[in-house]
Amino acid sequence: MAVIVGAKTRLLVQGITGYQGAFHTKLMLEAGTAVVAGVTPGKGGDRVHGVPVFDTVDEAVRQTAANACCIFVPARFAGEAALEAIASRLDPVVIITEGMPVHDAIEVLAYARQQGVRLLGPNGPGVTTPGQCRVGIMPTHLFTPGPVGLVSRSGTLTYEVVWGLTQAGLGQSTAVGLGGDPVVGTSFVEALELFNRDPDTRAIVLLGEIGGSAEEEAARYIASAVKKPVVAYIAGRTAPAGKRMGHAGAVISGTEGTADHKIHALEAAGAGVAELPSGVAALVKARLS
Amino acid sequence: MKLHEYQAKAVFARYGLPIQNGVVTERPDEIAGLSLRYPVVVKAQVLVGGRGKAGGIKVAATPAEARERARAILGMDIKGERVTRVLVVEAVDIETEYYLAFVTDRRTGRVVAIASAEGGVEIETVAQTDPEKIARAEIEPFLGFRAFQARALGRRLGFAGALLDEFVKIATALYRLYWAEDADLAEINPLASVGGHLLCVDAKLVLDDNAAYRHADRPANEETTELEAAAKQHGLAYVELDGDIAVIGNGAGLVMSTLDLLAHFGGRAANFLDIGGGASAEAMQTALGIVQRKSGVRAIFINIFGGITRCDDVARGIVDSPPKVPASIRLTGTNEVEGQRILREAGIAAGLDPDEGARVAVELARAASEKRGGR
Repeated sequence: MAVIVGAKTRLLVQGITGYQGAFHTKLMLEAGTAVVAGVTPGKGGDRVHGVPVFDTVDEAVRQTAANACCIFVPARFAGEAALEAIASRLDPVVIITEGMPVHDAIEVLAYARQQGVRLLGPNGPGVTTPGQCRVGIMPTHLFTPGPVGLVSRSGTLTYEVVWGLTQAGLGQSTAVGLGGDPVVGTSFVEALELFNRDPDTRAIVLLGEIGGSAEEEAARYIASAVKKPVVAYIAGRTAPAGKRMGHAGAVISGTEGTADHKIHALEAAGAGVAELPSGVAALVKARLS
Repeated sequence: MKLHEYQAKAVFARYGLPIQNGVVTERPDEIAGLSLRYPVVVKAQVLVGGRGKAGGIKVAATPAEARERARAILGMDIKGERVTRVLVVEAVDIETEYYLAFVTDRRTGRVVAIASAEGGVEIETVAQTDPEKIARAEIEPFLGFRAFQARALGRRLGFAGALLDEFVKIATALYRLYWAEDADLAEINPLASVGGHLLCVDAKLVLDDNAAYRHADRPANEETTELEAAAKQHGLAYVELDGDIAVIGNGAGLVMSTLDLLAHFGGRAANFLDIGGGASAEAMQTALGIVQRKSGVRAIFINIFGGITRCDDVARGIVDSPPKVPASIRLTGTNEVEGQRILREAGIAAGLDPDEGARVAVELARAASEKRGGR
């Protein structure tokens, strides 16, 4: 089962002829993903690692029956690319691109909601269902299929924790990267809802960071609805207020968004909170047994 | 990027928002020659909040007094920020203070208008003490902020007649500015009623850095330190912190957790530096150069988990520009074997475990500090 992507995903890659797009198309194919089409305006007719390239999403969908989209195009064109994918009802639409203007993300998110399309990112690592489908840039070799669902705002932190789980003998159902920008397509709560319903997921790992209130909202949802064990880690305990810590979304303003506030909320909701990323696997193991 | 009040007011003026007559200056002697109606208010131009409480806003009845006030304010240190400019505006008799802002709400992924009849104080305080005194309107991106929403907000603030019309004009102009200028926050606090009209007595603008490419007319960012600006030029995210262990990592979340790791083992990070995804050997060299320019750095902790970033690229960058202070290196992920080999052959040790790497970095910094203390 897993969530968002799986064996039935037929992926279209926008920006497939670019450096990152071509590189990760190869890795996605190697991971077993059905990458059926690529789109780069002006490059229709080309092939990238055997995948046919089209000028528009519309043509690509008509000819290949693609049903999901991953976007690698540069930031100033990423908003338009996402709107094009949503207009063709590709679902999910996953934006890897970093540095997209926030107002563009607001428009893309509004259109995705209107069309009933799930959006991940911008500025995220994508989504991986081990053994079935990789959409995005998460390194394949870290994963192994299993019962742990993982949702995160950060790419490399996801890799760190997934690797720790794999080494501890805990496989993953799906790993979902939400993206590090202030406005992203999917919230922790929505990802938790998906994992809560998914029969293949027996425990959930939530990797949060400073800024905003998404982790606090997740805590409220966990307390009210989640029946499966949840383990969390929050990055940025020692971050100063008012500074943007790499991710545009990671800014502490006033008392809002601090790591302590999020950790307390999650613990009060019954989640286990690891002090370091290396502590996550042990907490999951304890709660699964 | 946050703008100074005088910069924000220049943008306000372009959108027809009513502001006081005023001039920004760095030289107190200039003030007497300006055509301003007295009394005036001399206001420190700093990016931090709370300048009024810190003594950065003073009234002056005459040009001579304004010059003295400006002299006292210029050079002041307000929460660590030195005042280099003052804004001198004509004083007004404020009858009532209101609050109006547009802000991107992360929770809903939309822009919201926030308004209150309790202006002139921090809106966060009002939100805690009197939440019912704050009116909100959520904005559908494809419709924009409509006149009916502005009228509804205005009525909730108690406006009627000509003042309600003025409020509607100001609110719609502020939204137009917010959207067109790619702002994250556009705030008027206070929005004041003065002699039967509304006036933007203060102005705050925070602009989206990601959208800078479509606004060539933006002023320079004054929030960042020299090193932060240098890093940004090279596409690196660098934030100065106050510890003695320089940090280089890839991915914002991993670097944040690296700072926490150091703290866990009793150390303190000198900086946050994210070399980003797919970083090259050159990026690693640049990063090493930047973190070591900060004074007081006693050790370096490099924490890399290769995804798009390749360990062999990172290792080549380190070998080409070896750290000048003791370094603890953790290198794992994509092309890890090759990366570890490159470092080993250059006589540089590197591990695979993040916790161990952080512990070693803290020890190195401590040893360097003791050695220095013994001299």
